[in-house]
Amino acid sequence: MAYLTVLLDGTAYGMILFIISVGLTVTMGLMRVVNLAHGAFAMIGGYLAATMMRAGMPFAAAAVSAALAVGVMGALAELTLYRPLYRRGELAQALMTFGLTFVTIAALTSIFGSNVKPLPTPQLLSGLTNLGFTAYPTYRLFLIGIGGIMALLLWRLIDGTLYGARLRAAVDNPRMARAVGMDVNLLFTGTFAAGCALAGLGGVLGADMLPIEPYYALRYLVIFLVVVAVGGIGNFKGSFLAALAIGIVSTVGTFLLPGASAYIVYVLVLVLLLWRPHGLLPARSAP
Amino acid sequence: MTVRPDMSAPTLAQLRLGAGRFGWAWHVLPWGVALATYFVAGAYLTLGTAALEMILFTLSIDLALGYAGIVTFGQAAFFGVGAYAAGLLSIHVTPDPILGLLFGTAIAALLGLVTGVLILHTEGVTLMMLTLAIASMIGAFAAQAGDLTGGDNGLQGMQISPLFGVFPFDLWGQTGYLYALGVLFLWFVAAWRIVRSPFGRSLDGIRQSPRRMRAIGTPVWWRLIAVYTLAAAMAGTAGSLKAQTNQFVGLDSLDLLVSGTALVMLILGGTRRLYGAFVGAAFYVVVQDLAAEFDPFRWMFLIGGLLVVMVLFLEGGLMGVADWLHHAAARLWLGTARK
Repeated sequence: MAYLTVLLDGTAYGMILFIISVGLTVTMGLMRVVNLAHGAFAMIGGYLAATMMRAGMPFAAAAVSAALAVGVMGALAELTLYRPLYRRGELAQALMTFGLTFVTIAALTSIFGSNVKPLPTPQLLSGLTNLGFTAYPTYRLFLIGIGGIMALLLWRLIDGTLYGARLRAAVDNPRMARAVGMDVNLLFTGTFAAGCALAGLGGVLGADMLPIEPYYALRYLVIFLVVVAVGGIGNFKGSFLAALAIGIVSTVGTFLLPGASAYIVYVLVLVLLLWRPHGLLPARSAP
Repeated sequence: MTVRPDMSAPTLAQLRLGAGRFGWAWHVLPWGVALATYFVAGAYLTLGTAALEMILFTLSIDLALGYAGIVTFGQAAFFGVGAYAAGLLSIHVTPDPILGLLFGTAIAALLGLVTGVLILHTEGVTLMMLTLAIASMIGAFAAQAGDLTGGDNGLQGMQISPLFGVFPFDLWGQTGYLYALGVLFLWFVAAWRIVRSPFGRSLDGIRQSPRRMRAIGTPVWWRLIAVYTLAAAMAGTAGSLKAQTNQFVGLDSLDLLVSGTALVMLILGGTRRLYGAFVGAAFYVVVQDLAAEFDPFRWMFLIGGLLVVMVLFLEGGLMGVADWLHHAAARLWLGTARK
């Protein structure tokens, strides 16, 4: 039975990784920007929600407004800072966004201090739920549920709407998309903002497992990037599978092999990327 | 009528720093400053030694990333492994500094060779991820292998015997400084020769277009492995130097932040200049020391902001700015001289 609990833990962790990373995979696939500041957006979401909850706002309202606020910041950042980077190399992009992460860390530390910012879970979701074989934290079940719902919604959005069709077209071939008259700039800004909003939401929801503190943006960045690379850059379904797989593997790995817990994920990533350099489900056929 | 080239007008290439009749002066300047630091630094000499070690490390990134275009974020792995190798050798085998340095360099080079063979057939973001994954993996391994590395407490109990059996590593770091400077100079000369050799030129080509280089018959993969191994060796030397001059190795030497910091230094100074690493690392270390005294986070804000501004507006880094100033001054001077 302990295995099932660990499996559930891993799934909940994977869902958080998915919610945060899905924005990153879309921006890296669509705009081809190496965005090392994605963790910073997630972290900002967590801080905003913590502040709003301290001011008396309920959990759900704080989570949603924090996500929206991060989305607006994302749109502004895209318009001012990211746009000049599209034509530059990966290195310039990585460095600029790395610098942005530094600035965010410093700014948040000077405002909030360097301690972990507690984000209390709502009354309704705290406590345990009896699953028959074990009592399991309700909040993690909620995470699994909300992650699944988000994945379904995003899947419908990307596979079944005109916006989704445009998005996929622009990922596949941005020049052709421009040539047939699509407003790719607007698509970029909107999608970037949406990805940042999701990251912010993930930061709030996942504060239980990835505690909100100033170094959050660097500490978990590698794992977000790993989800993107393993899933296949720009591939939404791939990132869902990758996030779940990484969440489960790292949680189960910690349970079974505590001595190797810290690097078991990296070993797997290494093997996987050596075997399939473009990830589990490459978004584009060979470039 | 023959057209005689105007010999008095300098070409653009001659206006670059380090070219022209007095070009050698530009080479004397940084080394002269480094040597003079030894005499005037006083209590700051250990800081100077740290700067020299970072210059060497940044130089190794310039070689792999600047010249060959290998986008690596995991260079800290080689730095840290070199440091641990040198430290472990001094504890378990011999306290000799030169042997420790060679050992640290060799182990890092070996790691570079093995990982290079594994990952260098990929490119772009995948390659970046793989370098990150390898560095994270080694860092996590070192943290957990407490018996070997001392884990969070770091590697303690290093004993370093006097250099050449004569000069002991004293508390004020005088031997350490000159030792580091000498090692840096040797590597710098090697790097200078390498980037100007046919091999170095082929790296230039590979960075610009691997496909074309392959088409004209360059063994691209092997060249990349060679330069990656070389850069790893250089980073290993820098790590060994750090271990020996501090007589301590901590887990932070494997941290991704080390790679990040060195990248910042490189961009600050300017890539593909060799002296860019020199200027950037020295500038960074000095300003950080000044700024961190009142608030370490204000420093982070500054360096992050500088990085954003540099990437968006000043691609050539400090050396680019110096170039531009030199260029402008030369134009002005020539303009007045001709009248």
